[in-house]
Parts: sequence; structure tokens; C-alpha cells
Amino acid sequence: LSATPETPKEDGRPKWDNKFQYILSCIGFAVGLGNVWRFPYLCQIHGGGAFLIPYFIALLFEGIPLLHLELALGQCLRKGSIGAWNTISPYLGGVGVGSWMVSVLVSLYYNTVLTWVMWYFINSFQEPLPWSVCPLNENRTGFNEECHESTAVNYFWYRKTLNITPDIAESGTFQWWLILCLAACWAIVYLCTIRGIETTGKAIYVTAIFPYLVLTIFLIQGLTLPGATEGLIYLFTPNLNTLKNPRVWLDAATQIFFSLSLAFGGLIAFASYNPTKNDCEKDAVTVAIVNSMTSLYASIPVFSVLGFKATTAYWDCLDRNIINIINEFDLPEESIMRQNYTSWISFLNSSYPEKIAGLKLKSCDLQEFLDQSVSGTGLAFIVFTQAIILMPGSQAWAILFFIMLFSLGLSSMFGNIEGVFTPLLELQIIPKSAPKELLSGIICLISFLIALCFTLGSGSYWIDIFDRYAASVPLLVLAFFEVIGVVYIYKIKRFSEDVEWMTGRKLNLFWQITWRFISPLLLLIVFMAFVTLQMQKPPSYTAWNPKYEGFPIKEEKVYPPWVQAICVLLASLPCVCVPLVAFFHLVKQKRRSKDPSFVPPEVSSCQGANS
Amino acid sequence: MLRALLLVFSVVAIAHAELCKPDAQNAFKVRISIKTALGDNAYAWDANEEYLFKAMVAFAMRRYSSKSTTQISNVLLCNVTDRVSFWFVVTDSSKNVTTVPGSEVEAAIRMNRNRINNAFLLSDKTLQFLKITSTLSPPVEPSTPVWLIVFGVVLCLIVAGIIFLVVSGIQKHKKKNKEATERENLEEKVEVTLENGIPCEALDLKAGHINGVFAADDDRFTSL
Repeated sequence: LSATPETPKEDGRPKWDNKFQYILSCIGFAVGLGNVWRFPYLCQIHGGGAFLIPYFIALLFEGIPLLHLELALGQCLRKGSIGAWNTISPYLGGVGVGSWMVSVLVSLYYNTVLTWVMWYFINSFQEPLPWSVCPLNENRTGFNEECHESTAVNYFWYRKTLNITPDIAESGTFQWWLILCLAACWAIVYLCTIRGIETTGKAIYVTAIFPYLVLTIFLIQGLTLPGATEGLIYLFTPNLNTLKNPRVWLDAATQIFFSLSLAFGGLIAFASYNPTKNDCEKDAVTVAIVNSMTSLYASIPVFSVLGFKATTAYWDCLDRNIINIINEFDLPEESIMRQNYTSWISFLNSSYPEKIAGLKLKSCDLQEFLDQSVSGTGLAFIVFTQAIILMPGSQAWAILFFIMLFSLGLSSMFGNIEGVFTPLLELQIIPKSAPKELLSGIICLISFLIALCFTLGSGSYWIDIFDRYAASVPLLVLAFFEVIGVVYIYKIKRFSEDVEWMTGRKLNLFWQITWRFISPLLLLIVFMAFVTLQMQKPPSYTAWNPKYEGFPIKEEKVYPPWVQAICVLLASLPCVCVPLVAFFHLVKQKRRSKDPSFVPPEVSSCQGANS
Repeated sequence: MLRALLLVFSVVAIAHAELCKPDAQNAFKVRISIKTALGDNAYAWDANEEYLFKAMVAFAMRRYSSKSTTQISNVLLCNVTDRVSFWFVVTDSSKNVTTVPGSEVEAAIRMNRNRINNAFLLSDKTLQFLKITSTLSPPVEPSTPVWLIVFGVVLCLIVAGIIFLVVSGIQKHKKKNKEATERENLEEKVEVTLENGIPCEALDLKAGHINGVFAADDDRFTSL
């Protein structure tokens, strides 16, 4: 009798083609739009180079341990988030359900951001770029008033793209061009995730590597632009005084946490397709470090371009003043240049003060232009597009920039969709005989239909709400329960044995200390601080209202009560899953324990599941 | 005789000075920025350029009113600065020492603005007639917006990709089903081998169905 050698992983679970695909997928999931438009902004407002200190401390004690935990968990239990947490303990099943819910909510609104990117991309093929000129008004005597009062880029973003309403309560109409782009985006997501990691594994080669190429091209181009050095000096000059402000530490901790896409369940799903004998420790450290290095690398071209934009705005300001003076005093052309402007101004001010005062010259200060810091969609769609107009060959730069943003967002979408797809596949929502393509098609179709809400006039206000409430507090809560669950319920001793079995070497003391004490404590502090800061003022938003007196400044408005209720719902729904599922299971357990024929199920562990 | 001529000239000169001065009635200020427009190829503004300007204005007046009475001498320039900026008026030779109404001059200039600009190699921005606004040219709008065309291309590519993947998935599924049924047919043909009266297949360890009798006997066999 010969026992056939048990080939491991005969359970028919899909697997990565090679290790590189897996690492690239994790990196692509972690590296997203936030690396480009949030990290440089934080660096700038929190004292430049000094921000790197709290950032790297948070990376070391919060980011890497949590990442290692998730990857080890997924790899060990070889199930998606819901299945994995049910395996750890049925009382902790709520953590998996909460993660799944957050992935669903984030997938909905994240793809709408990609819709905007796609809209700008397909509009970049024209000469001149549509956001560079104001359209004319009806009788062609001047420019459109809304555009003239703000700027052409603002007008194109708020009117031509979003067609934004002045208030969140006003829904406005569906913007058909956004619906078209949304359909295209969900079609692309379906195309890439149609068979799970079989197809995303191929797509990730392009979407994860292409942004680095474009960033390098922008780096080279950016450094050659005039004013780039001013921007970089401004960004990186360390101001150690800012470290005294606890807000800086909080921002560093939250940035690291959200940047690594922890607690979404996507990382657990990715790791579950690995062979169990895989060094998850090295993977975690690699992914975390690459993510942070990418943030740093991306901030260089971003700030070169911002410095260029500020310098150009400063020169424009000077030039306008110079033309006014020349016209007023009938001086010959090119008599006043930017270099001798200040000496001329002081001379003229002393000789003809009334005339100078009558001109109402604006004071031009380069620092003031550099101080105009923006993050998020404002950076990409307003500030950067304005800078691109000023570069020679704007169409090419615009196309490259928007494809890069699209790739960055798409690779993050893969992780989000995987976090939704894998648990559903395991729960066998559709019969096993049905193809996987059907499930991914259903997910994409339903998500597309729900996301149509975001194409209304008030859509971008709703996306801000989802971003601030659904993708922030619940993740912190879920991550806290993840660490506590693994360390104290699954027991750290068993887990360290599992990790030892997988990596082939004993668990470092560093992981023991961080998992047991430091990371949960840090998460708790961050959560408290975060919630306290949110509670301090009533939740408000800024609205684009052309009828506002201070237009083009955005109007500060408070959310109406029903919107606030939705915010609370979004933030609490995933969190509430944890106690709800535990309670539900407790009730089920009590009922079952009365049944004498009931045998408690075996608690499996890593090695048990695979022998 | 000479004195009479001198008197007439001086009267005319004084009259002209009266007609053409800054903020006079029916006078327009012109501002020219040659260096901004032409950079290194800038020409100097001298009396010849002024003559050309007078000629262009007279030409514009002739084309507009289509009566050929306006002469170059009817156009008066004054207050030329280094900027370069100056004022001009158009006098009416039929009526004594009066200027043509500003509205007529404005309309004439507007009608021929392009010709005047081109004569000096300048544009609306660099040859400014203050008080005369230029009509903005309409933007060039193609019949189908460009973005729609690009969108169509992108969508076609995506749909082609999806169809390809779905079809290849269905084909693979069919092939797998066919292979599975072939394998089943093959196995049925093979005789069931028996050992100790028990079919061999039952001896294979199936997940979760370990026959306790044989599992206990495992250590009797030396491992391979």
C-alpha cells in the first residue's frame, strides 16, 4: 500500500503565479492616491522634513506590526476576512464582517474618484486644454461670469465636471458625462478582476509599475522647471518646533495607518492565496518600506511643480503691476524689469505717492503663493492642472499625469474588490458550479448602480462624507480588535508558533512587544484623539456657491441633521458588527449548549489546517 | 503773400493743436507695445511709422464711409510718448475745423481692426485702442466633442477585452468539463482492482474520511 504523497494546496484555491505578483499586488494596494496628494501636503504643513520623524516612528511601531499581523493571518488561515475571523473565533466574526462592509463602502466611492480622473484624461486630448480658457458668455462680449470671477481651472472642475450644487441638500440632476465615465471605470474594474487574482495578477504588472515610470518622468521634468528649487526647499526645510504640536503626531499615525490600507480585509485576502511556507515577515517589511519610500519619492515632483506654479504666479503678479505702472507713467517698455521692480517702486512711491496709490497694486509675495497648500482632489484637479497649462506640451503632461493617477487608484481598487470578492466566494453566495465571472460581474454591476448617486450634482459632497466617516474611524476600531483578537483570544503563543512554522525562524521579540502592547495602545490613543478632534466642532463642509458674497472663496456650511445621522451611521455600522456578531454567536452557543448531542467544533490552527 | 501763407499755417497749426489733445472730444488714445509683440525683431517707432498709422486710419475711414474724402492730412497725432502711446483725431475737411464723431471713427476702426493690426505686425493686445473694445473670436467647436471620440475608443477596447476574457473562460470551462467526463469514462473501463476483497479506491485516504482500522496500522509500513 502506498500512500500518495499529499500535494499541499489541493483544495483548488487559486494561487499567485509567482511571489513577485503577490508583493506587487500588496504594494499596489497600499500605494494609492493618498501617497501623491496627501503625504506631500502633510509634509508641507507640518514642518517639512521634521514631519518625517513622527512618520517613521509611526511606521515602525504601528504600520509594520499591523501589516505583518494581517499578512501572517491571511497566509496562515488561507481564507478571506470573514472566513479568517470566524476561524480565529466565532465571537470575532464581526471583525471580518466589518472589514467586508468597509471594503464595500470604500469601493463605491473610490471608483467615482477614478471617474473624475478618467473624465480629465479623455479631455486632455484637445488643443487648447478645456480648463485653460474661460468660455464666452451668451452675447460674446466677455467671458462667462462664474469663470471670470474664479479661474478657468476652478470653473472646469466645479461646473463642467461636477456641475456642483451650492448645498448638499440640493441633489441636482444626474450628470450624464459622469455616468458614462463611471460605467467605463466599472467596466475596467470588471475586466481586471473578472477571475479574481488570475486576472488582477496580470493587470497589476502594469498598474503598479507604470506610476513609478511617470513619477520619474515628472521628477526629471519638474526639476528643470523654474522655481522648482524654491518649492523643494519650502517642502523639506525642517521646522522642529512643529513636533511640539500633538496634531502632527496624530496626522503621522493616521497617515501611516490609512496609507497601508490596513483592516480592509484586502491584505488578508491577498495573503490567503500564498503558499503557507512563505516569509510573511519579510513581505510585510518590504511592502511598508516601499510604500513610505513611494510617498517620499512622489512628493519631490509634486513639490517641484507646486514651486514652479507659485513662482509663475508670483511673476505674473509682478508683470501685471509693472504693466500698470508703465501704462500710467508712459514709460518705455522693458524699462522696469522684475529685478529692478522694487527699486523703481520705492522711487516712484516717493515722487508720486498719489498716483501709485491710485493704481491699487497688489503686493506680490512668493512665500504667500507657496503657502497656498492644497491636498486631495483640489491638488490634482485644480492646482496641478493649472501648473500643467504652463508647461510646454501640456497635452502630453496632462495625459501622463491622469493615466498615472488612474493606475494608482486602480491598483488600490483591486485590493478593495478582492476584500469584497474573496469572502463572498467563500460564503458561496452563488452555487459552486457557477463561474467566478458571474460573481465579479454581479459585484461590479450592483456597485455601479449604487455609485450612480455620486454622479448627482451634490455627489462630491457625499464622497467627502464617505471619505471622512466610512474610511476612517471604523478602520481604527477594526484594527484594534484585530490585534486584541489575535494576541489575547487566539493567544500570542499559538500565533507565534504559526508564524514560526511559516517563516522558518523564531518570532522576533520586536513583534511580541509591538503586537502585545505598543500597537494596541497606539491604536487606542489615535482613536481617542481622532474622535475627540472630530467632536470638537460641528461637522461642516465648504460649498461652491456662485451666489455667495465671498465667491470665489468657498462657503462654510454645517451639515443638516439628516446628513449628520448618515455620517454617524456610516462610521458606526462596521464597528457595530463586532459586538453584534459576538452577541448573536453567544445566543446561538447558549441554545446549542442545551442540546446534549452537540459536539463543539475543533479550533484549527495554521498547521492543523494544512496537514 | 508769404506772410498770408504763414498766417494760414499758424492758424491751422493752432486749430490742430486745439483739436488733438489728450481727452479732447472724439479723440482716442492708442497704446503700442512693439517689444512685447516682436521681441528681438522689434522695430523703432518713428515718423515713418506714424505716417503709416495715419494712412491706415484714413484707409479705415474711407472703407467705412465709402466716400473717398478722408486724406492722410485729416488724421492728427499728438502727445507721442516713449511708451509708445499717443492720441489721434480725424478731422472733417468738408466742415471747417471739426472732428469726425467718435462713434464713426470707432466703427471704422472696428471694421478694419485686423488690417490695421497686420500692417504693424501686432495684435489686439499689443496695438490697443483704449475705449474701443474688440469682439472676442468664438471658440472653435468641432461637431462632435473630442472627449466623446476618445471615450468611444476607450470603451471599445474595454468591451473587447471583457468579451475576450468571458469567451475564453467559457471555452476553458467546456474543455475542463469534457476532460472530466472523458476521465470518468476511462476510469469506468479500467477493472476495479481488489486487494483483500476491498476495492483499491477505498484505501485512498480521503479528507475527513479516514478509516480508523487502516490509520492505526500506518506505522506498520515503512515510510517511502
